[in-house]
Amino acid sequence: MSIVPIIPSLLVKDSPAKVPRKISRRIKFESELDLSFGESVAERAYGENLLSCIQCGTCSATCPLSHYMDYTPRRIIAMVREGFKEEVLNSLTIWLCASCYSCYVQCPRQIHITDIMYALKREAIARGGYPPRHPIPVLAREFFSRVKRHGRNTESFLLVSLYLKTNPFAMLKEAWLGTRLWLSGRLSLKTESIKRKKELRTILNAVEAEKGDGHQ
Amino acid sequence: MKYLYYPGCSLRSTGRAYEESMLALFKALEIPIEELNDWNCCGATAYVSIDETEAFALAARNLELAENQAGNGTVDLVAPCSACFLVLTKTQRYLSTYPEVSRKVNDALKTVGLEYEGKTRVRHPVDVIVNDYGLDKVAKHVTRALKGIKVACYYGCQIVRPFATFDHPHYPTSMDRIVKAIGAEPIDWPLKTRCCGGSLTGTIQEAGLRLSRALLKEAEKRGADVIITCCPLCQHNLECYQGRINNKYEETIDIPVLYFTQLMGIAMGIPEKELGIQRLFRKPKFTSVSAKGGEAVHV
Repeated sequence: MSIVPIIPSLLVKDSPAKVPRKISRRIKFESELDLSFGESVAERAYGENLLSCIQCGTCSATCPLSHYMDYTPRRIIAMVREGFKEEVLNSLTIWLCASCYSCYVQCPRQIHITDIMYALKREAIARGGYPPRHPIPVLAREFFSRVKRHGRNTESFLLVSLYLKTNPFAMLKEAWLGTRLWLSGRLSLKTESIKRKKELRTILNAVEAEKGDGHQ
Repeated sequence: MKYLYYPGCSLRSTGRAYEESMLALFKALEIPIEELNDWNCCGATAYVSIDETEAFALAARNLELAENQAGNGTVDLVAPCSACFLVLTKTQRYLSTYPEVSRKVNDALKTVGLEYEGKTRVRHPVDVIVNDYGLDKVAKHVTRALKGIKVACYYGCQIVRPFATFDHPHYPTSMDRIVKAIGAEPIDWPLKTRCCGGSLTGTIQEAGLRLSRALLKEAEKRGADVIITCCPLCQHNLECYQGRINNKYEETIDIPVLYFTQLMGIAMGIPEKELGIQRLFRKPKFTSVSAKGGEAVHV
């Protein structure tokens, strides 16, 4: 085997399909970045240490889901800091974070990475920029509105509305498991709810009203 | 000392056996516990993905209700579900660390005449049993020492992370010590606190199942007869998806997954029905077989 590394451009002659059809820029210019993104995320996510990340990669190594992510947690942190707002908010990484807090406790700079992921999820959901019918933001929204309305969550109804809004066929696949859970008394079909719903609603509305006053 | 009990939504549904077995266990150990009146959902990991301050206010209402119900002094609020335990603990910590969060949340609570003074301590039943009650006292209640039963203690993520309130964030040992106290044998395995996939088994199933599979395979490899957990979602993932994991990855895993309270209850001779054993899909083989009885094993 040749010791010369295979450079794609050397292969062009043999495989014409590899000829780039369009010359395009592979980097972003600073003017196209949102340079305040890092600071604004740091502010919202108790991430005062975000800007002092040393890019050691401990977060990516300890993350049980990094091999499913399009950008590892270390890269997300770097991209947030440098202002790659679009790429970060459109990434799958933020949805894959399962909140296991492994990176949060391991980070030598004490960066609250899980809180940062939450802040990014919120921003992506607020601007609606997640992949359509993506189950995780849909689950979060359904959960949010159920809890706001009833004060408690009813797992059975949450799952039914999740499947209806994302992939109705998946419900058929889950029907057997659902039946078994129901037969063993582990799936309640009664809407769970608190007594003083109005009290809870007033509290949550007060939070929302304050945000309306210009505070974040 | 009296404890207040915060069930959370899961313990009323998929985790029903957890509630049954925990209450039966506390009754047998004579630990007084009373349910928190009109508790609401903690918010879990989903509510905070939409609105953070509302999520803190949601959790803070529970902390406030506990404070009220207890009257004077500090109060211990026992949250068995890992997600509830973490969210309540986190809310408590963030309210005391970040004055801005505390101000916003208390302003909202004031609109209905509530005010949180920070007197609620969030506790986990594992912590209560090991550190308040004591394992030497637990051992005295054992009537059916589970000799020779190999147990993989699975803690999951959120009971020890990010706030290691009562145990190590990556290698906790509390449940292992409980297992020893009831006469069984905890196996040493490195995946104690590795994520089971959480809600990913319902959303991005490929990723979720792989994480659960890693845990099951490791427990199997190390000869575990049973896995015990202290989280309703971990229990659900490891038990209910075992068949699907076997089909998908051509495995032959067959390990019952119990709540730690169920295993303790079995060792203490509490009737299986009170422990919700009948609700399990994979029943432990030793419940009726190895009930040799008698000797309690000292820690």
